[in-house]
Amino acid sequence: MIRLKTPLSKNDVKTLKAGDQVLISGRIYTARDQAHARLKDEKNLAINLEGSVIYYVGPTPEKPGYIIGSSGPTSSYRMDELAVPLMEKGVVAMIGKGERSDAFIEAMQKHRAVYFMATGGAGALLASKIKSSRVVMYDDLDAEAVRELEVEDFPCYVAYDIHGGNLFKHD
Amino acid sequence: MRKILKATISKKVEEALITMNHTLKDNFVARLKKAQAEENSALAKSIINDVLHNQDIAKEGVFPLCQDTGMVVVFADVGYEVMIEGNLEDAINEGAANAYVRGFLRKSVVAHPFKRENTKTNTPIIYHERRVEGNKIHLKIAAKGAGSENMSRVFMLKPTEGEAGVIDAVIKTVREAGGRACPPITVGVGLGGNLEKSALLAKEALFRDLDDTHDDPTIATLEKTLYEKLNETGVGPMGVGGKTTCLAVKINTFPMHIASLPVAVNIQCHASRHTEVTL
Ligand code: SF4
Repeated sequence: MIRLKTPLSKNDVKTLKAGDQVLISGRIYTARDQAHARLKDEKNLAINLEGSVIYYVGPTPEKPGYIIGSSGPTSSYRMDELAVPLMEKGVVAMIGKGERSDAFIEAMQKHRAVYFMATGGAGALLASKIKSSRVVMYDDLDAEAVRELEVEDFPCYVAYDIHGGNLFKHD
Repeated sequence: MRKILKATISKKVEEALITMNHTLKDNFVARLKKAQAEENSALAKSIINDVLHNQDIAKEGVFPLCQDTGMVVVFADVGYEVMIEGNLEDAINEGAANAYVRGFLRKSVVAHPFKRENTKTNTPIIYHERRVEGNKIHLKIAAKGAGSENMSRVFMLKPTEGEAGVIDAVIKTVREAGGRACPPITVGVGLGGNLEKSALLAKEALFRDLDDTHDDPTIATLEKTLYEKLNETGVGPMGVGGKTTCLAVKINTFPMHIASLPVAVNIQCHASRHTEVTL
């Protein structure tokens, strides 16, 4: 089990290997399809993407007295192309679920970024690792708004590393 | 004629949707536990452990099982001797809207294919009604997430492709879905009918009890064969490899045209939310 603290350094990313189990702590940002489409040309970025981790999630609404609702990952492949401009802006890690395109993997390696998988459908378990949440951009997108989350020991698996390792290739 | 109030129907649907978004069925959990015990891969074991841990937290009723609380699908069997003031579909839609709004479930329905503005109520539901004998209403209710639905397929095979063609179609669908459909999955297969009928059969097959056996021995054997073959694909939980790709395969059939062999494959992720209500 590897413990990581955000923002991630180049060295953090370099040491990770597909199949490693990691626990992430610190600040991460959420973004899904619509937020990606906007962020790519955003002139007024309200967040610092350098060394940042983007989590592909659209949580359920929080119940009164709770920080957030159920918060598991969505399928990452829908963000394959849209993720590239964000890596150019400094994103070094993405959390989602499922396989992604070869073009994405190539771009990811070029930008020395890493792709983590969180267990899909484990929204209740993952929500319990989120310590704070606030919407920082695109409030109008509701579940798809960009949130800043403070996470503690958020469990993930390294899916694609920068050395060509691939969690989903195992025949 | 037996009269059923619209409000009674809405309330039942609302309660059912909130409960099902927080709980997996006991025999589903039992299969997950068995699969976890039998897995050799540490990663696969760990993923199934996450899924089991997740449902323990969810059943306390605060956090839904998955953040994708789905689009609602209802099969309604309506007795000829039932009278409802108003429209049954409206009553169910109302119950669903109340569940998603009051139950803090995610509203995941958009109205238009391109404008994509959210309807804010998670409605409309997808509704299928049949008239049956009797004085009751029986509702089969599912909340279906997009991850596994997007990976589902319909194939129009040539009749001569037969059983081997069906097996290939199912395996191909599951392999291509990989980790994106959130395995361990349940697979509903619709065999026969036509284009839309096969899809409906596949969707309804997902409501079958995990532990039942098909009464047609040929189909029962095919279900078993597919179950075994899918677990040999090595997709594994969340696509990380292992022996646990699917927990069950259920096949429903219907007569078809002499020139057709439609096969629909509806994948259900491990956040399997299905329930039945009789009114
Ligand atoms: S596929 Fe199922 S378990 Fe996975 S995120 Fe979607 S609804 Fe949840």
